[in-house]
Amino acid sequence: MSHDPEPISAVNEWTDPSTDHEHDAEHAHHVVPMWLLVGVLVLLLALTWITVAVTWIDLDTMFNVPNLNVVVALGVALVKAAFVAFYFMHLRWDAPFNGLILVASLAFVVLMISWTILDGQEIDRLVETPRAARSVQAN
Amino acid sequence: MTTATSHPAPDGHDDHGGHHSPHLAHHFYTMTQQVGSAKLGMWAFLATEILMFGGLFCAYAVYRALHPEVFLFGHYFLDTNLGAINTAVLLLSSFTMAWGVRAAQLGQTTLLVTLLALTFLGGVGFMGIKYVEYTSKFDHGLGPAQGIYYNVTTEYSDGNTAQVKRYLVPNSAFIIAGEGDIKYGVGEPTSDQLHQLDDALHYHEKYALKSHADEGLHKDHAKAESGKGDEHAEDHSDSQATPAFSGEADPHEHLVDQSFTPTGAMVTSAVTDTRPPEHSAMALATNGSFGLSDTFEKSGIATTSVSSAALEVGFYEPTLWDTLTEREQSLAYQFFSIYYCMTGLHGLHVLIGMGLIAWVAVRALGGAFGPEYNTPVDLVGLYWHLVDLIWIFLFPLLYLIH
Repeated sequence: MSHDPEPISAVNEWTDPSTDHEHDAEHAHHVVPMWLLVGVLVLLLALTWITVAVTWIDLDTMFNVPNLNVVVALGVALVKAAFVAFYFMHLRWDAPFNGLILVASLAFVVLMISWTILDGQEIDRLVETPRAARSVQAN
Repeated sequence: MTTATSHPAPDGHDDHGGHHSPHLAHHFYTMTQQVGSAKLGMWAFLATEILMFGGLFCAYAVYRALHPEVFLFGHYFLDTNLGAINTAVLLLSSFTMAWGVRAAQLGQTTLLVTLLALTFLGGVGFMGIKYVEYTSKFDHGLGPAQGIYYNVTTEYSDGNTAQVKRYLVPNSAFIIAGEGDIKYGVGEPTSDQLHQLDDALHYHEKYALKSHADEGLHKDHAKAESGKGDEHAEDHSDSQATPAFSGEADPHEHLVDQSFTPTGAMVTSAVTDTRPPEHSAMALATNGSFGLSDTFEKSGIATTSVSSAALEVGFYEPTLWDTLTEREQSLAYQFFSIYYCMTGLHGLHVLIGMGLIAWVAVRALGGAFGPEYNTPVDLVGLYWHLVDLIWIFLFPLLYLIH
């Protein structure tokens, strides 16, 4: 008994009742201050307006960068999504692992899309071009 | 002894006595652990949701990368204003939801119920606008997975048959190719188009005068686009060689010119008429006001989408039906299929979210939630925010294509 292994004896705020602050809302739930919620809402609405306004300008031509409009639109969407996730969804104060799950799922979506696009571009080389060549031959 | 040490029960509190919250389940040590586990599970579920939508985003990305012009063309049919309003509605409802979680944490039950009701109303508003958008598209024959045109054959009592080609183009232009001459039905057919087609011969007489009144308009365009009509007729006959979509090969088809006018008039024409096709989407868009009222107006679909501000900038070259290649024209339906899949699945999530919010609101009315226990409010909030997150990406990708 003198050398009790006691794996959970190290202070673990999840399992040790002595660290549980049931009546301390600060710990179990972070209460988001009202000004922050309103501020995030105003920011999100402003960013929505910006996404729409950006389409009034042809950024691709203006800066001679292909697909710049799409990149800007998606960039603004990402910023909006980050604010929703951080403040509305409490990730700012949540267990970091929850944020990791979100980032990982997004990473896999990006992986899936980029790989498929790379593959899809090949349809021109492997299918469309040979088909066009065949139809020219046939005529 | 060994078993006891490997699973040490909380001192003297292995039952539900003591200071434990009545909400604490048997298999958790603390409320912190219980809430943390619930949130972890919810986030794992949200990850699967993101991956499911990721598949649709993937389809979108692949088709847009292969046929950017098709998407540019297709997005003219979506109303940017309605999309933007819906974005704002969802953001506001996300805000009321986040505020509701705060109210639950602070034990403000009345405020919580009010905010949940407001969030629910946000969902109602979103689906209402979506309904307006969907019906307006269905009325124009822009359904999901629809071919670029399809043929309808109508037989008349006098033995004549009329071959009708319905095009997926601005104005829902349709062409009636019967015996003898060919009639061009152009403009805004009412929602029940087949009934109109039965009356096609009467249209011919009824609108004959009106079409002459419009003749001046056509001539202006004929000057500007001289020669275009002949080319187009040829293009069209090429398209018959590719049986990529629905529709029987019809002997009349190669004779049929594709003619659109921005008016709602029915015009008649002989086979030899090579009147140039109107760029009706843009003709309407440049002078059309757009907004909510246009969408309620049945004819509004082509007028509602193109930002007139963009046109005034000057270097904005709109994509028209006629600037699409044959192949792109045959693929134009892809945009709408993807649009319906993505917004449809998203709309389903909105409905499910509304159901969950209603359930939480009913429980909140009974005083179920307070500072000690508000996990359901929290998790339903996470779900609702995810629905908002997905729309944040859907809106620019579908409505704001440049």
